[in-house]
Amino acid sequence: MTELNELSEKLSAIKQEIKNELVNLTSSKSVFEYRKNIMDSKTGKIGSLMKEMGKIPKELKADYGKKVNEIRNWAQAEFEALDNKLKEAEMRAKYESEKIDVTLPAKKLKKGNLHPNTQVRNQLVDIFGSMGFNIYEGREIETDYYNFTALNIPQDHPARDMQDTFYLSPEYLLRTQTSSGQVHVMEEQKPPIKIVSPGKVFRSDDDATHSPMFTQMEGLVVDKGITLCDLQGMLDVFVQKIFGEETKTRLRPSYFPFTEPSVEVDVSCFQCHGCGCRLCKGTGWIEILGAGVVNKSVLEGCGIDSSVYSGIAFGIGIERVAMLKYGINNIKNLFESDLRVLDQIDD
Amino acid sequence: MLVPLSWLKDYVDINVDPDTLEEKLFSCGFEVEEKYEVGHDISNVVVGYVKTCEDIPDTHLHLCQVDAGPHGEFQICCGADNVVAGGKFPLALIGATVYATAKDHKTVEGVMKIGKGKLRGYESFGMLCSGVELGVSEDMYPGAGYNGLLVLPEDAEVGADVKPILGLDDYIFDVSITSNRPDCQSIFGIAREVAAVLELPLKMPALDYTETDVTIPFSVSVDAQDLCPRYSAHYVYDVKIEQSPAWMRRRLALVGSSSISNMVDITNYVLKELGQPMHAFDFNYLEADAINVRRANDGEKIITLDEKEFTLTNNNLVICDGKKPVALAGIMGGLNSEILDTTSAVMFESAKFAHDNIRKSSKALGQVSDASARYTKGVDEYTTVMAMKRALHLVEELNCGKVSATKFDINTGNSVEPFELKVSVKQVNGVLGITVPDEDIVRILTNLDFAPVLEGDELTMHIPAYREDMQTYQDVAEEVIRMYGYEHIVPTFIPTAEVTMGGYTLRQKREIKLKNALCAAGAYEGIHYSFFSPSDLDLIRLPEDAPERTAIKLINPINVDLSLMRTTLAPQMINAIARNQKKGILSGRIFEMGNKFIPKSLPLTEYPDERETICIGAFGEDEDFFSIKGIVEVIADALDIKFEYEQTSNTFLHPYRTAKVLCDGKEIGYLGQVLYEICDELDMRVPAYVAEIDLRALTEYYGKDRKFTPLPKFLEEKRDFCFVMDKEITCAQVEKVIMDSCKYISSIELFDVFEGIQLGINKKSLAFSVVFTPKDEEFTPELIDGFVKKILKNVEKLLGATLRV
Repeated sequence: MTELNELSEKLSAIKQEIKNELVNLTSSKSVFEYRKNIMDSKTGKIGSLMKEMGKIPKELKADYGKKVNEIRNWAQAEFEALDNKLKEAEMRAKYESEKIDVTLPAKKLKKGNLHPNTQVRNQLVDIFGSMGFNIYEGREIETDYYNFTALNIPQDHPARDMQDTFYLSPEYLLRTQTSSGQVHVMEEQKPPIKIVSPGKVFRSDDDATHSPMFTQMEGLVVDKGITLCDLQGMLDVFVQKIFGEETKTRLRPSYFPFTEPSVEVDVSCFQCHGCGCRLCKGTGWIEILGAGVVNKSVLEGCGIDSSVYSGIAFGIGIERVAMLKYGINNIKNLFESDLRVLDQIDD
Repeated sequence: MLVPLSWLKDYVDINVDPDTLEEKLFSCGFEVEEKYEVGHDISNVVVGYVKTCEDIPDTHLHLCQVDAGPHGEFQICCGADNVVAGGKFPLALIGATVYATAKDHKTVEGVMKIGKGKLRGYESFGMLCSGVELGVSEDMYPGAGYNGLLVLPEDAEVGADVKPILGLDDYIFDVSITSNRPDCQSIFGIAREVAAVLELPLKMPALDYTETDVTIPFSVSVDAQDLCPRYSAHYVYDVKIEQSPAWMRRRLALVGSSSISNMVDITNYVLKELGQPMHAFDFNYLEADAINVRRANDGEKIITLDEKEFTLTNNNLVICDGKKPVALAGIMGGLNSEILDTTSAVMFESAKFAHDNIRKSSKALGQVSDASARYTKGVDEYTTVMAMKRALHLVEELNCGKVSATKFDINTGNSVEPFELKVSVKQVNGVLGITVPDEDIVRILTNLDFAPVLEGDELTMHIPAYREDMQTYQDVAEEVIRMYGYEHIVPTFIPTAEVTMGGYTLRQKREIKLKNALCAAGAYEGIHYSFFSPSDLDLIRLPEDAPERTAIKLINPINVDLSLMRTTLAPQMINAIARNQKKGILSGRIFEMGNKFIPKSLPLTEYPDERETICIGAFGEDEDFFSIKGIVEVIADALDIKFEYEQTSNTFLHPYRTAKVLCDGKEIGYLGQVLYEICDELDMRVPAYVAEIDLRALTEYYGKDRKFTPLPKFLEEKRDFCFVMDKEITCAQVEKVIMDSCKYISSIELFDVFEGIQLGINKKSLAFSVVFTPKDEEFTPELIDGFVKKILKNVEKLLGATLRV
């Protein structure tokens, strides 16, 4: 019996000692160390208790084991509780120490945009591509024949004065219109033809709304029975996709040597929807492109039988669309690679 | 072109208001760029009757009691010297708007609103006005030019608005005319369209006159008939040079032409009214009783009316008398035969000249006039003949001369009678896509004076000679639809067309992919002009014999800075970088995809090579050679190809930080750091890097198939090596030796470069991670050891590099 009494006293002492020690532990690390120390199976005050089992008389072994387990469980629970408590405090302190000002600026990622012209061009080409149009890219340097003569603008035609042409030689020039591509296409392909032809064009003109280089997109359909009604129908679809579904078109008479009839196409103002605002100069309409029924002399010049086939064509200024769509006020902004400009347009 | 409404009304009894007229013109193809009332700034000015007028002592002022009829009676303080009791003058009421003038009473300084005033202690309840204050010149209203009050007619109704009296209620339409309608470049030409669109009768201008039986010996000949298809001349004598009547001066003033004298005014009036340039020679200065129209002799000289001397060439057309040139045909008369106050006889000229010749002469000589501008657009013979009659009629109407029987009409036989045009109505409707009712077609064409006759499908018209543009059924279709109304067009979607496959070509798809990849790499797309400056070639220090200096020149550039077709994209990129830095942007990436232009011959005899090229620019303290190399690699990745780099040198890049880019052993571009000297020259604050890649050379890889490589079945092995070697040995050399040492290597990655004295002089170390990927079976440790040994052996043997210990 005395062995048991002695054990009880010893356990009480250990218990008291642990209790005293726990109060002094202030970090989860020290709890871990102390616990390791106490529970060590060879040297630990609790861990080594089971080692004593051999010395305990047989009849007392069960009681001994029970008491040792009791104190072991008690100690584990105490350690666990203290550890949890300290860990929680430590986490809180860690978070506390990592406090930040969330309104500080973000880390800048390198970013880039397509040029506004390219963005508009891609949108236009996607629309026409989905309607079965191919994309034809002509040359920037053209001959007088393809830029003028073949488009029903012979040498002494007054329409040559409409466009100030940059010449490179008496025969070669910088194309003044993407229409020059029309003729190449009609010479190379037989109807049915459906193409759009985006590209750079050049005119000797330099102010806030004119740049000596700008971008046009030509569209051309040649097939049997193509009419002015088809032109309006096609352009309706196109402007609705670009400027919104409620956009309407208005045709009015104009003149281009390679189309007859020729029309200017206005779209209902997409800002005020026709009520009149600054963008549309109070008219409710914005001039957007020139178009018409292909002049039969142009078809015939390309070897296309105008009694069988007819065509419609249009030409649109890419910068004009970009400037209208994004509110860019000076065309020069588009050719200076000013990153403050290029950063703004990401459609 | 300026068109006064009052003048139009001579020919058409216009029954709609100015707004409706504007809409009607717009709908049939004549955009009115501007429309304004002549007196749009003037309001609340009425006829005032001065009942009493007393001098205010010690001033130049007068105190008047002015009756303004229903508006009341006002005390007005007035400083004009011609104010007088019993006179009628324009009275600006309180709240009226008139022009404010400077101290000289002549210079207009804006619009002012009249308020109650006080002059020298005398109250004034309004203002009596001068012509200038109402915007009325002497030409617009006789007496209005006087520097004092404008005197109104005695019978003017007291209190009535002055605007109708002074013609200030008239409207001016500034009409834009497309180049296919030269016949509309006149008031009468527009009147014809107005009559057609309003479906009202057109009244012809008076063309009648009486010829006397006086004749003189004279001859007219045309040597250069190719440049002058029609030349009419008529001798007018007993000429009295005087001021033109008020109505004529007023009309000329409204269209911006100042009055000179009756004879000159008649020619200007006919130009505005009918669109035919005319000329009047002082007959007494024509020598040898003859006129001849011929090409100038090279070196021949003429002084024009504006006292400018021109030395002519064989390309210029001149009107000569029997001895010398007296006019630059279609451009301006000569000073030697100018109409003077003493002129007593004139020879009128009305001619058609080839518009292209006039255009070229006018451009080449830098001499422009109303006449040359008009000829450049094209004059028709119908009008040439009509204008002479009109001028002679006006001579009689103004009673300023007698029309003789000496007259000439040299022509090439072109008719001024209507010509016949037959078209099929089905074809006309076929262009439009709608069926315009026959009766509407006939009505519209009748209104246009085409005299249509419809029989079955065949439409026969007699087109007036001035409509030279009418040639085919398409032209007829346009006439019909512009008058019928574009609102009748019903949108359809090419229902008769065959289905076509559309979309991008492979090249277009790849270019879009490349652009997107470059954007993802943090670069912004820029677009620069296709032309650049000769100084751009100097900027990049190209030697005289560099191929880039063989550039195509513009014959007529805007200025020298835009005068060469670019042969490289780099200079504009460098300039763009410099511009950004000047704006305070000190870091960024830009790329451009565009053409450079390589001539095959100069001057051009065939299409030059337009080579698609990518140029990349990067600048900033956070950029270096390897970051722009990274952007170049984006291109290789996007096309799934490999680039190799070799040290090189270049005229405008850092001597040790420049590489050429190779693909399959072929040089396709370069990259490097821009010389510090160039950065300094352009005031750059941070370093700049440029790369240029010949995109055309890469097109052969556009079609490369993308194939999936299955993930390795067996574990890959990775080994790190750190070699010490001579400084001169390049990373690429080491990589190549490693790669060639073992066929299982799937990647080699450099992870450290070190130079230090502990390695020895001129030594460096490079550390690589090498990955071995097994193919058919798992690697054994022995196999890996074999690979490693082989690598070590080769590196030592070929490069003298040893493992760092």
